[in-house]
Amino acid sequence: MKQYDFLNSPTIDQVGVEDRISRITARSIKKEAKMHGLLMALNMIDLTTLEGADTEEKVKQLCYKAHHLHDAIPGLPTTAAVCVYPNFVKIAVNELKGTNVKVASVATAFPSGQSSAEVKLLDVKMAVDNGAHEVDMVISRGKFHSGDYSFVFDEIAMIKEACGKDVRLKVILETGELGELDKVRRASDIAMYAGADFIKTSTGKISPAATLPVTLVMLEAIRDYYYETGIMIGMKPAGGISNSKLALQYLLMVKETLGGKWLTNEYFRFGASSLANDVLMQIVKQKSGIYQSGDYFSKV
Amino acid sequence: MSRIEVLKTYKIFIGGKFPRTESGRFYPLKHNNKIIANMCLSSVKDFRNAVVAARSAQGGWATKTAYNRSQILYRIAEVLEGRKAQFIEELETQGIAKSKATQEVELSIDRLIYYAGWCDKYIQMHSTVNPVSGSYFNFSVPEPMGVVAVFAPEDSGLLGLVTQICSIIAGGNTCVVLASEHLPLCAISFSEVLATSDVPNGVVNILTGKIAELSAVFASHMNVNALLYCGSDSNLIKSIQVLAIDNIKRVIVRDNSDYMDEKYENLHYIYDFQETKTTWHPIEQIGGAGSGY
Repeated sequence: MKQYDFLNSPTIDQVGVEDRISRITARSIKKEAKMHGLLMALNMIDLTTLEGADTEEKVKQLCYKAHHLHDAIPGLPTTAAVCVYPNFVKIAVNELKGTNVKVASVATAFPSGQSSAEVKLLDVKMAVDNGAHEVDMVISRGKFHSGDYSFVFDEIAMIKEACGKDVRLKVILETGELGELDKVRRASDIAMYAGADFIKTSTGKISPAATLPVTLVMLEAIRDYYYETGIMIGMKPAGGISNSKLALQYLLMVKETLGGKWLTNEYFRFGASSLANDVLMQIVKQKSGIYQSGDYFSKV
Repeated sequence: MSRIEVLKTYKIFIGGKFPRTESGRFYPLKHNNKIIANMCLSSVKDFRNAVVAARSAQGGWATKTAYNRSQILYRIAEVLEGRKAQFIEELETQGIAKSKATQEVELSIDRLIYYAGWCDKYIQMHSTVNPVSGSYFNFSVPEPMGVVAVFAPEDSGLLGLVTQICSIIAGGNTCVVLASEHLPLCAISFSEVLATSDVPNGVVNILTGKIAELSAVFASHMNVNALLYCGSDSNLIKSIQVLAIDNIKRVIVRDNSDYMDEKYENLHYIYDFQETKTTWHPIEQIGGAGSGY
């Protein structure tokens, strides 16, 4: 593979991106298409809990919810995965045995990424040894801003190596700390060429988290990478996506930027904690015609 | 050169903002065959959005201190007093005689003051300590029900509306109100008063439109805890009672008589939208040293 010069990453026309987004958000998705999209969105959720106050019990409840989203409606899909801190991976793997829900773990000194390579590797090793199917790492934003792209690249490559072949690596760019869209594009390119299986917008700890414009830029980076190498990279917007309408807009954007091949949870995920309930309420509304209340859905 | 008058666009009031209806529809409001305004013909989705706003405001409103809620209601009265002339003029535009209009606006202000006064007292008036057998301190207190959907009285555009709203929010509830269909002007101007009176966004949301279109969704929405209908259409009453069953909404029906009457200054209007919470508390942990209950 030829060496890619990240200084030559394409620059982004911000006005153009915003214009594209404003046309996407103006569209309305109704009836069968909406129902289809809602079920698809449910199946793409990484049900997430990343709080300092997390307990084993909370993780267990979350795992139960992942494959019992709303038992009142038979035939609902499960979520794609649960996403937890490395110390809860073992419990989550245990709870989800026999289901097709994967366990994702954040690692590499999440959320800041401010630590040594040794500590980050240990963090990843702990998650992988305990049975995580997916690892969500954070890039070193400080190094990125200093222009030390080789450091960022090497670090991602090192973590991918530690994950091994079977564990998929999601690389969190933390776009809220990157600033302009040009940098988002450059960071996306670095992550993909360094071996990421997924690129992910945010940790959820920084505002703004995932936004439509940032996601569009990343999707376009994925598309260009696919044209260049034939490799399909996944996309995961995370944080701030809490209602169905927004989720459907993301799906629309994926379909129109990358095509239907990406519309499976192999290649697209939502990192979210409260999205699932809103989607469930919308599904019940579509079926019954009656607007729903959060009081009748599990609070986890 | 004569000046062109700048007319107000009457929009709806959701979450502290004044959007147009998402449906883009409107209905002409007429008096003596002359169009006096184009009103938003609110849709089911506007109601849904208003309920979201009311729900997210409810917790914060209910946990404000009773004293602070009282101050805010008093503030609404102050701001309304300052804009008396506008409301009188608006009532006249809708065909109400000046003397009657003046009386209606003044009474609306007084009614706000009346319910403002109860904010930090109604709980004490209705709380009880209950005698129980066992070493427990047992007490009951009223608590707000949550989100109340309101069909405002059709024949009292300001006073009826204000009476219902202030008795509901005095008790820590938030509300979504459908204004009178043929007297809606003051409802929207009153939301401008609310928006500038320290009332948190979403505590009161006001829509304009047709009750026939919206009654079903008002009554069936699972995130609405109670329903108030001011009127006497028995078919409508029956249909909303049936639709309210799913989440056992409390349905209150009030007759639509003369709002000038003193009977509308009524403490029980607050209790209509309260639930009673009873608490059992072990005596050992509540009494001071050596005291017993």
